[in-house]
Amino acid sequence: MKKKVAMTGAQAVAEAMRQINPDVAPVYPITPQTPIMETFAHFVANKKVDTELVRVESEHSAMSIAVGASAAGARVMTATSSQGLIYMSEVLPIASGLRLPIVMNVVNRALSAPINIHCDHSDSMACRDFAWVQIYSENNQEVYENTLLAQKLAEKAELPVMVMQDGFITSHCLENVEILDDKNVKKFIGEYNPEFSLLKNNITYGAIQLPDYNFETKRQQADAMEMVKRIFIEVGEELSKLTGRKYGYFEDYKLNDAKYVAVVLSSSAGTAKTVVDKLRKKGKKVGLLKPILFRPFPYEEIRNALNGKKIAVLDRSESFGAVPPLCAEIKNALGCKVKIQSYVFGLGGRDLSGKDVEKVFDDLIKGKFDEKIKYLGLRE
Amino acid sequence: MTELKSWKEMKKAGIVEAASSLKVKTGNWKVFKPVIDNKKCIRCFKCVIYCPDFCIFEKNGKIERDLDYCKGCGLCAKLCPVKAINMERK
Repeated sequence: MKKKVAMTGAQAVAEAMRQINPDVAPVYPITPQTPIMETFAHFVANKKVDTELVRVESEHSAMSIAVGASAAGARVMTATSSQGLIYMSEVLPIASGLRLPIVMNVVNRALSAPINIHCDHSDSMACRDFAWVQIYSENNQEVYENTLLAQKLAEKAELPVMVMQDGFITSHCLENVEILDDKNVKKFIGEYNPEFSLLKNNITYGAIQLPDYNFETKRQQADAMEMVKRIFIEVGEELSKLTGRKYGYFEDYKLNDAKYVAVVLSSSAGTAKTVVDKLRKKGKKVGLLKPILFRPFPYEEIRNALNGKKIAVLDRSESFGAVPPLCAEIKNALGCKVKIQSYVFGLGGRDLSGKDVEKVFDDLIKGKFDEKIKYLGLRE
Repeated sequence: MTELKSWKEMKKAGIVEAASSLKVKTGNWKVFKPVIDNKKCIRCFKCVIYCPDFCIFEKNGKIERDLDYCKGCGLCAKLCPVKAINMERK
Protein backbone atom coordinates (compact mmCIF):
# COMPACT_ATOMS: atom_id res chain seq x y z
CA MET A 1 0.00 0.00 0.00
CA LYS A 2 1.45 3.30 -1.07
CA LYS A 3 0.34 6.44 0.71
CA LYS A 4 0.63 10.09 -0.25
CA VAL A 5 1.95 12.43 2.39
CA ALA A 6 2.87 16.11 2.21
CA MET A 7 6.55 16.26 3.12
CA THR A 8 9.58 18.45 2.71
CA GLY A 9 12.54 16.95 0.86
CA ALA A 10 14.36 16.66 4.17
CA GLN A 11 11.45 14.80 5.76
CA ALA A 12 11.20 12.53 2.73
CA VAL A 13 14.85 11.54 3.22
CA ALA A 14 14.32 10.98 6.96
CA GLU A 15 11.32 8.80 6.08
CA ALA A 16 13.46 6.73 3.70
CA MET A 17 16.07 6.42 6.45
CA ARG A 18 13.40 5.28 8.91
CA GLN A 19 12.32 2.57 6.48
CA ILE A 20 15.91 1.50 5.81
CA ASN A 21 16.56 1.43 9.58
CA PRO A 22 20.38 1.79 9.53
CA ASP A 23 22.46 0.37 12.39
CA VAL A 24 24.41 3.57 12.96
CA ALA A 25 23.80 7.23 12.07
CA PRO A 26 26.50 9.67 13.17
CA VAL A 27 25.40 13.28 13.20
CA TYR A 28 26.75 16.73 13.87
CA PRO A 29 24.47 19.73 13.52
CA ILE A 30 26.90 22.17 11.88
CA THR A 31 25.51 25.33 10.31
CA PRO A 32 23.98 24.98 7.84
CA GLN A 33 22.27 21.77 8.93
CA THR A 34 19.04 20.53 7.46
CA PRO A 35 15.98 18.98 9.07
CA ILE A 36 17.02 15.52 7.79
CA MET A 37 18.90 14.39 10.88
CA GLU A 38 16.60 16.41 13.15
CA THR A 39 13.59 14.49 11.83
CA PHE A 40 15.49 11.22 12.00
CA ALA A 41 16.55 11.95 15.61
CA HIS A 42 12.82 12.04 16.48
CA PHE A 43 12.42 8.55 15.00
CA VAL A 44 15.34 7.36 17.12
CA ALA A 45 13.99 9.01 20.29
CA ASN A 46 10.52 7.55 19.68
CA LYS A 47 12.01 4.08 19.05
CA LYS A 48 10.67 3.90 15.49
CA VAL A 49 14.11 2.62 14.43
CA ASP A 50 16.85 0.52 16.01
CA THR A 51 19.54 2.95 14.93
CA GLU A 52 22.33 4.04 17.21
CA LEU A 53 22.45 7.81 16.71
CA VAL A 54 25.98 8.92 17.52
CA ARG A 55 26.32 12.61 18.32
CA VAL A 56 29.83 13.80 17.65
CA GLU A 57 31.84 17.00 17.88
CA SER A 58 32.30 17.76 14.17
CA GLU A 59 31.39 16.64 10.67
CA HIS A 60 34.92 15.29 10.35
CA SER A 61 34.14 13.01 13.31
CA ALA A 62 30.70 12.19 11.90
CA MET A 63 32.26 10.78 8.73
CA SER A 64 35.02 9.09 10.77
CA ILE A 65 32.40 7.30 12.89
CA ALA A 66 30.61 6.34 9.68
CA VAL A 67 33.85 4.81 8.37
CA GLY A 68 34.55 2.93 11.63
CA ALA A 69 31.00 1.63 12.00
CA SER A 70 30.81 0.60 8.36
CA ALA A 71 34.14 -1.24 8.56
CA ALA A 72 32.77 -3.04 11.62
CA GLY A 73 29.95 -4.29 9.39
CA ALA A 74 27.13 -1.87 10.27
CA ARG A 75 24.71 -0.29 7.83
CA VAL A 76 25.50 3.42 8.11
CA MET A 77 23.69 6.53 6.91
CA THR A 78 24.19 10.21 7.55
CA ALA A 79 23.33 13.58 6.02
CA THR A 80 25.11 16.85 5.59
CA SER A 81 25.25 20.06 3.60
CA SER A 82 27.60 22.76 2.39
CA GLN A 83 30.41 23.48 4.91
CA GLY A 84 29.63 20.23 6.69
CA LEU A 85 30.43 18.23 3.56
CA ILE A 86 33.66 20.15 3.06
CA TYR A 87 34.59 19.63 6.71
CA MET A 88 34.09 15.89 6.09
CA SER A 89 36.18 15.99 2.97
CA GLU A 90 39.36 14.52 4.46
CA VAL A 91 37.45 11.39 5.41
CA LEU A 92 35.36 11.07 2.22
CA PRO A 93 38.12 9.40 0.15
CA ILE A 94 38.82 7.11 3.11
CA ALA A 95 35.22 5.88 2.99
CA SER A 96 35.48 5.21 -0.74
CA GLY A 97 39.08 3.92 -0.56
CA LEU A 98 38.00 1.33 2.00
CA ARG A 99 34.97 0.58 -0.20
CA LEU A 100 32.44 1.19 2.56
CA PRO A 101 28.81 1.45 1.43
CA ILE A 102 27.88 4.54 3.45
CA VAL A 103 24.85 6.44 2.15
CA MET A 104 24.83 10.17 2.74
CA ASN A 105 22.21 12.68 1.74
CA VAL A 106 23.67 16.00 0.75
CA VAL A 107 21.51 19.09 0.63
CA ASN A 108 23.22 21.26 -1.96
CA ARG A 109 24.13 24.68 -0.66
CA ALA A 110 26.70 27.34 -1.44
CA LEU A 111 30.14 27.35 0.15
CA SER A 112 31.45 30.16 2.30
CA ALA A 113 32.82 32.85 1.81
CA PRO A 114 30.84 35.02 1.63
CA ILE A 115 28.62 32.99 3.95
CA ASN A 116 25.32 32.30 2.23
CA ILE A 117 23.59 28.93 3.06
CA HIS A 118 21.30 28.99 -0.02
CA CYS A 119 21.22 26.52 -2.88
CA ASP A 120 23.96 25.91 -5.36
CA HIS A 121 26.00 22.84 -6.21
CA SER A 122 29.45 24.03 -5.16
CA ASP A 123 29.61 21.63 -2.20
CA SER A 124 28.97 18.27 -3.87
CA MET A 125 30.73 19.29 -7.09
CA ALA A 126 33.87 20.00 -5.07
CA CYS A 127 33.68 16.35 -3.94
CA ARG A 128 33.09 14.85 -7.37
CA ASP A 129 36.48 13.14 -7.60
CA PHE A 130 36.37 11.42 -4.21
CA ALA A 131 35.13 8.11 -5.71
CA TRP A 132 31.67 8.47 -4.20
CA VAL A 133 28.71 7.65 -6.42
CA GLN A 134 26.70 10.85 -6.96
CA ILE A 135 22.97 10.91 -7.65
CA TYR A 136 21.10 14.21 -8.15
CA SER A 137 17.38 14.53 -7.40
CA GLU A 138 14.87 16.98 -8.84
CA ASN A 139 12.05 16.87 -6.29
CA ASN A 140 10.92 15.38 -2.98
CA GLN A 141 9.62 12.20 -4.57
CA GLU A 142 12.89 11.61 -6.39
CA VAL A 143 15.07 12.18 -3.36
CA TYR A 144 12.96 9.71 -1.37
CA GLU A 145 13.26 7.03 -4.04
CA ASN A 146 16.91 7.80 -4.82
CA THR A 147 17.78 7.29 -1.14
CA LEU A 148 16.23 3.81 -1.21
CA LEU A 149 17.96 3.04 -4.49
CA ALA A 150 21.27 4.37 -3.15
CA GLN A 151 21.24 2.06 -0.14
CA LYS A 152 20.96 -1.08 -2.23
CA LEU A 153 23.32 0.26 -4.89
CA ALA A 154 25.99 1.13 -2.31
CA GLU A 155 25.91 -2.34 -0.77
CA LYS A 156 26.04 -4.12 -4.14
CA ALA A 157 28.78 -1.89 -5.56
CA GLU A 158 30.73 -1.68 -2.28
CA LEU A 159 31.04 2.05 -2.71
CA PRO A 160 29.66 5.02 -0.77
CA VAL A 161 26.84 7.01 -2.34
CA MET A 162 25.86 10.67 -2.05
CA VAL A 163 22.27 11.56 -2.82
CA MET A 164 21.79 15.23 -3.61
CA GLN A 165 18.81 17.55 -3.46
CA ASP A 166 18.58 21.31 -3.78
CA GLY A 167 18.89 23.29 -0.54
CA PHE A 168 15.63 25.00 0.49
CA ILE A 169 14.04 24.53 -2.95
CA THR A 170 13.31 20.89 -2.23
CA SER A 171 14.77 20.31 1.25
CA HIS A 172 12.50 22.81 3.00
CA CYS A 173 9.46 22.91 0.67
CA LEU A 174 6.39 20.72 0.97
CA GLU A 175 5.28 18.43 -1.82
CA ASN A 176 3.12 15.34 -1.97
CA VAL A 177 5.37 12.31 -1.69
CA GLU A 178 4.21 8.79 -2.40
CA ILE A 179 5.62 6.65 0.40
CA LEU A 180 6.06 2.92 -0.08
CA ASP A 181 4.90 0.34 2.39
CA ASP A 182 7.46 -0.31 5.18
CA LYS A 183 7.36 -4.06 4.52
CA ASN A 184 8.08 -3.65 0.82
CA VAL A 185 11.01 -1.35 1.48
CA LYS A 186 12.42 -3.79 4.03
CA LYS A 187 12.17 -6.59 1.49
CA PHE A 188 13.73 -4.45 -1.24
CA ILE A 189 16.65 -3.32 0.93
CA GLY A 190 17.25 -6.79 2.37
CA GLU A 191 19.80 -7.94 4.91
CA TYR A 192 23.28 -6.47 4.87
CA ASN A 193 26.00 -9.09 4.89
CA PRO A 194 29.32 -7.51 3.96
CA GLU A 195 32.08 -9.70 2.53
CA PHE A 196 34.54 -8.35 5.10
CA SER A 197 33.79 -6.82 8.47
CA LEU A 198 35.92 -6.20 11.51
CA LEU A 199 33.44 -7.91 13.80
CA LYS A 200 33.23 -11.12 11.75
CA ASN A 201 36.59 -11.51 10.03
CA ASN A 202 40.13 -11.52 11.29
CA ILE A 203 41.24 -8.60 9.11
CA THR A 204 42.81 -5.16 9.11
CA TYR A 205 41.13 -2.24 7.32
CA GLY A 206 43.26 0.73 6.37
CA ALA A 207 46.76 -0.73 6.67
CA ILE A 208 49.53 1.23 4.98
CA GLN A 209 49.95 0.46 1.30
CA LEU A 210 53.20 1.50 -0.29
CA PRO A 211 54.06 2.07 -3.99
CA ASP A 212 54.13 -1.70 -4.63
CA TYR A 213 50.36 -2.08 -4.09
CA ASN A 214 48.55 1.26 -3.84
CA PHE A 215 48.22 1.76 -7.61
CA GLU A 216 46.47 -1.61 -7.97
CA THR A 217 43.98 -0.74 -5.22
CA LYS A 218 43.12 2.52 -7.01
CA ARG A 219 42.62 0.56 -10.23
CA GLN A 220 40.12 -1.66 -8.37
CA GLN A 221 38.24 1.46 -7.33
CA ALA A 222 38.04 2.65 -10.93
CA ASP A 223 36.66 -0.76 -11.87
CA ALA A 224 34.11 -0.69 -9.03
CA MET A 225 32.94 2.74 -10.23
CA GLU A 226 32.56 1.40 -13.77
CA MET A 227 30.39 -1.47 -12.45
CA VAL A 228 28.03 1.01 -10.76
CA LYS A 229 26.37 1.75 -14.11
CA ARG A 230 25.14 -1.83 -14.49
CA ILE A 231 24.14 -2.16 -10.82
CA PHE A 232 22.24 1.16 -10.96
CA ILE A 233 20.03 -0.18 -13.75
CA GLU A 234 19.52 -3.56 -12.00
CA VAL A 235 18.57 -1.99 -8.68
CA GLY A 236 16.45 0.60 -10.50
CA GLU A 237 14.47 -2.15 -12.23
CA GLU A 238 13.84 -3.82 -8.88
CA LEU A 239 12.67 -0.55 -7.30
CA SER A 240 10.58 0.15 -10.35
CA LYS A 241 8.43 -2.89 -9.50
CA LEU A 242 7.44 -1.14 -6.27
CA THR A 243 7.10 2.44 -7.47
CA GLY A 244 6.10 2.02 -11.10
CA ARG A 245 8.66 4.65 -12.11
CA LYS A 246 11.73 4.20 -14.29
CA TYR A 247 15.28 4.79 -13.09
CA GLY A 248 17.75 5.81 -15.76
CA TYR A 249 21.10 7.59 -15.78
CA PHE A 250 19.25 10.71 -16.88
CA GLU A 251 15.74 11.91 -17.62
CA ASP A 252 14.93 12.94 -21.17
CA TYR A 253 12.05 15.35 -21.50
CA LYS A 254 10.67 15.82 -25.02
CA LEU A 255 14.18 15.11 -26.15
CA ASN A 256 13.77 12.62 -28.99
CA ASP A 257 12.68 15.01 -31.74
CA ALA A 258 14.13 18.13 -30.09
CA LYS A 259 16.65 20.26 -31.99
CA TYR A 260 17.52 22.54 -29.09
CA VAL A 261 18.31 21.02 -25.73
CA ALA A 262 19.03 22.38 -22.27
CA VAL A 263 21.00 20.18 -19.85
CA VAL A 264 20.46 20.96 -16.18
CA LEU A 265 20.60 19.14 -12.83
CA SER A 266 18.13 18.84 -9.96
CA SER A 267 15.21 21.17 -9.19
CA SER A 268 15.99 23.64 -12.00
CA ALA A 269 14.98 20.88 -14.41
CA GLY A 270 11.43 21.38 -13.13
CA THR A 271 11.53 25.04 -14.16
CA ALA A 272 13.05 24.10 -17.51
CA LYS A 273 10.30 21.52 -18.19
CA THR A 274 7.63 24.22 -17.80
CA VAL A 275 9.47 26.36 -20.32
CA VAL A 276 9.88 23.41 -22.70
CA ASP A 277 6.10 22.85 -22.56
CA LYS A 278 5.42 26.52 -23.22
CA LEU A 279 7.78 26.72 -26.21
CA ARG A 280 6.54 23.39 -27.59
CA LYS A 281 3.04 24.89 -27.72
CA LYS A 282 4.50 27.59 -29.93
CA GLY A 283 5.91 24.88 -32.18
CA LYS A 284 9.56 25.19 -31.11
CA LYS A 285 11.48 21.92 -31.07
CA VAL A 286 12.99 22.20 -27.63
CA GLY A 287 13.80 19.53 -25.07
CA LEU A 288 15.56 18.82 -21.82
CA LEU A 289 18.10 16.37 -20.47
CA LYS A 290 18.42 16.08 -16.70
CA PRO A 291 21.42 14.00 -15.60
CA ILE A 292 20.70 11.92 -12.48
CA LEU A 293 23.78 9.73 -12.14
CA PHE A 294 26.73 12.13 -12.16
CA ARG A 295 29.41 9.75 -10.83
CA PRO A 296 30.06 7.50 -12.65
CA PHE A 297 29.17 9.72 -15.60
CA PRO A 298 27.28 7.93 -18.41
CA TYR A 299 29.25 9.41 -21.32
CA GLU A 300 28.15 7.01 -24.03
CA GLU A 301 24.44 7.12 -23.22
CA ILE A 302 24.44 10.91 -23.02
CA ARG A 303 26.36 11.16 -26.30
CA ASN A 304 23.71 9.01 -27.99
CA ALA A 305 20.89 11.06 -26.49
CA LEU A 306 22.36 14.45 -27.47
CA ASN A 307 23.84 13.55 -30.84
CA GLY A 308 23.14 16.17 -33.53
CA LYS A 309 21.34 18.61 -31.24
CA LYS A 310 22.12 22.23 -30.32
CA ILE A 311 23.05 22.12 -26.66
CA ALA A 312 23.19 24.53 -23.74
CA VAL A 313 24.46 23.29 -20.38
CA LEU A 314 23.33 25.09 -17.23
CA ASP A 315 25.63 24.70 -14.24
CA ARG A 316 24.73 25.71 -10.70
CA SER A 317 28.40 25.77 -9.68
CA GLU A 318 31.64 27.20 -10.97
CA SER A 319 34.93 25.50 -11.63
CA PHE A 320 36.79 28.79 -11.36
CA GLY A 321 39.30 29.14 -14.15
CA ALA A 322 37.94 26.09 -15.97
CA VAL A 323 34.81 24.74 -17.68
CA PRO A 324 31.97 24.35 -15.12
CA PRO A 325 31.59 20.75 -13.86
CA LEU A 326 28.47 19.57 -15.71
CA CYS A 327 29.43 21.33 -18.94
CA ALA A 328 32.89 19.77 -18.79
CA GLU A 329 31.33 16.29 -18.72
CA ILE A 330 28.88 17.03 -21.53
CA LYS A 331 31.74 18.43 -23.65
CA ASN A 332 33.72 15.30 -22.87
CA ALA A 333 30.80 13.12 -23.92
CA LEU A 334 30.32 14.86 -27.26
CA GLY A 335 33.88 15.72 -28.25
CA CYS A 336 35.50 19.07 -28.88
CA LYS A 337 34.03 19.58 -32.38
CA VAL A 338 30.50 20.08 -31.03
CA LYS A 339 29.73 23.63 -29.96
CA ILE A 340 28.15 23.64 -26.51
CA GLN A 341 26.99 26.80 -24.79
CA SER A 342 27.99 26.93 -21.15
CA TYR A 343 25.83 28.83 -18.66
CA VAL A 344 26.32 29.41 -14.96
CA PHE A 345 23.22 30.28 -12.94
CA GLY A 346 21.77 30.36 -9.46
CA LEU A 347 24.93 30.70 -7.38
CA GLY A 348 24.22 31.45 -3.73
CA GLY A 349 20.54 30.62 -4.20
CA ARG A 350 19.70 33.13 -6.95
CA ASP A 351 16.41 31.95 -8.48
CA LEU A 352 16.32 30.61 -12.01
CA SER A 353 13.24 32.10 -13.64
CA GLY A 354 11.28 30.74 -16.57
CA LYS A 355 12.36 33.83 -18.51
CA ASP A 356 16.02 32.91 -17.97
CA VAL A 357 15.44 29.46 -19.45
CA GLU A 358 13.44 30.97 -22.34
CA LYS A 359 16.42 33.19 -23.09
CA VAL A 360 18.66 30.11 -23.18
CA PHE A 361 16.43 28.41 -25.79
CA ASP A 362 15.99 31.69 -27.67
CA ASP A 363 19.76 32.12 -28.00
CA LEU A 364 20.16 28.47 -29.06
CA ILE A 365 17.49 28.87 -31.76
CA LYS A 366 19.02 32.14 -33.03
CA GLY A 367 22.47 30.54 -33.02
CA LYS A 368 23.91 33.13 -30.64
CA PHE A 369 26.94 31.22 -29.46
CA ASP A 370 29.67 32.47 -27.19
CA GLU A 371 32.91 30.63 -26.46
CA LYS A 372 32.83 32.19 -23.01
CA ILE A 373 30.53 31.20 -20.16
CA LYS A 374 27.24 33.10 -20.13
CA TYR A 375 25.80 34.06 -16.75
CA LEU A 376 22.04 33.77 -16.21
CA GLY A 377 20.25 36.15 -13.86
CA LEU A 378 23.41 38.12 -13.08
CA ARG A 379 23.52 41.94 -12.94
CA GLU A 380 26.18 42.76 -15.54
CA MET B 1 60.60 -11.92 -2.39
CA THR B 2 57.03 -13.08 -3.12
CA GLU B 3 55.47 -12.28 -6.50
CA LEU B 4 53.28 -9.17 -6.49
CA LYS B 5 49.59 -9.70 -7.25
CA SER B 6 47.65 -7.95 -10.04
CA TRP B 7 44.66 -5.73 -9.18
CA LYS B 8 42.29 -8.50 -10.20
CA GLU B 9 43.78 -10.99 -7.73
CA MET B 10 43.92 -8.67 -4.73
CA LYS B 11 41.43 -8.30 -1.90
CA LYS B 12 39.53 -5.03 -2.28
CA ALA B 13 40.51 -1.83 -0.50
CA GLY B 14 43.92 -3.07 0.65
CA ILE B 15 42.31 -5.29 3.27
CA VAL B 16 44.88 -7.59 4.84
CA GLU B 17 44.73 -10.40 7.36
CA ALA B 18 44.99 -9.24 10.94
CA ALA B 19 48.35 -9.70 12.70
CA SER B 20 50.21 -9.70 9.38
CA SER B 21 53.22 -8.19 11.20
CA LEU B 22 53.94 -11.70 12.50
CA LYS B 23 54.97 -12.54 8.94
CA VAL B 24 56.94 -9.36 8.31
CA LYS B 25 60.07 -8.73 10.34
CA THR B 26 59.75 -5.08 11.20
CA GLY B 27 63.07 -4.68 12.99
CA ASN B 28 65.16 -4.39 9.83
CA TRP B 29 65.53 -0.65 9.78
CA LYS B 30 67.14 -0.14 13.18
CA VAL B 31 70.53 1.52 13.34
CA PHE B 32 71.39 0.65 16.94
CA LYS B 33 70.68 -2.58 18.80
CA PRO B 34 70.51 -3.06 22.59
CA VAL B 35 73.28 -5.15 24.13
CA ILE B 36 72.44 -6.46 27.61
CA ASP B 37 74.92 -7.17 30.36
CA ASN B 38 73.04 -9.70 32.52
CA LYS B 39 75.73 -9.54 35.24
CA LYS B 40 74.96 -5.85 35.88
CA CYS B 41 71.20 -6.37 35.61
CA ILE B 42 69.27 -6.05 38.92
CA ARG B 43 66.01 -7.55 37.52
CA CYS B 44 63.89 -4.41 37.94
CA PHE B 45 62.17 -5.25 34.62
CA LYS B 46 61.75 -1.59 33.66
CA CYS B 47 63.01 -2.44 30.17
CA VAL B 48 60.49 -5.31 29.86
CA ILE B 49 57.60 -3.08 30.92
CA TYR B 50 58.48 -0.07 28.78
CA CYS B 51 59.64 -1.67 25.51
CA PRO B 52 57.04 -0.42 22.97
CA ASP B 53 57.46 -3.54 20.83
CA PHE B 54 57.58 -6.22 23.55
CA CYS B 55 61.10 -7.05 22.38
CA ILE B 56 62.71 -7.40 25.79
CA PHE B 57 61.68 -10.27 28.05
CA GLU B 58 62.94 -12.65 30.68
CA LYS B 59 63.88 -16.17 29.66
CA ASN B 60 65.52 -18.76 31.96
CA GLY B 61 66.42 -16.10 34.47
CA LYS B 62 68.06 -13.86 31.85
CA ILE B 63 66.92 -10.69 30.08
CA GLU B 64 66.80 -11.31 26.33
CA ARG B 65 65.92 -9.37 23.13
CA ASP B 66 63.95 -10.07 19.99
CA LEU B 67 65.98 -8.33 17.30
CA ASP B 68 63.48 -9.32 14.56
CA TYR B 69 61.09 -6.69 15.85
CA CYS B 70 63.28 -4.32 17.91
CA LYS B 71 63.39 -0.91 16.16
CA GLY B 72 66.40 0.24 18.12
CA CYS B 73 64.63 3.11 19.85
CA GLY B 74 66.96 2.90 22.86
CA LEU B 75 64.25 3.42 25.47
CA CYS B 76 65.46 0.34 27.42
CA ALA B 77 69.01 1.66 27.63
CA LYS B 78 67.80 5.10 28.70
CA LEU B 79 65.58 3.65 31.45
CA CYS B 80 68.02 1.10 32.87
CA PRO B 81 68.97 2.35 36.39
CA VAL B 82 72.28 0.41 36.43
CA LYS B 83 73.29 0.99 32.79
CA ALA B 84 73.18 -2.71 32.01
CA ILE B 85 71.96 -2.00 28.44
CA ASN B 86 74.13 -0.33 25.82
CA MET B 87 73.09 0.70 22.34
CA GLU B 88 75.60 -0.47 19.75
CA ARG B 89 75.69 -0.15 15.96
CA LYS B 90 73.84 -3.04 14.34
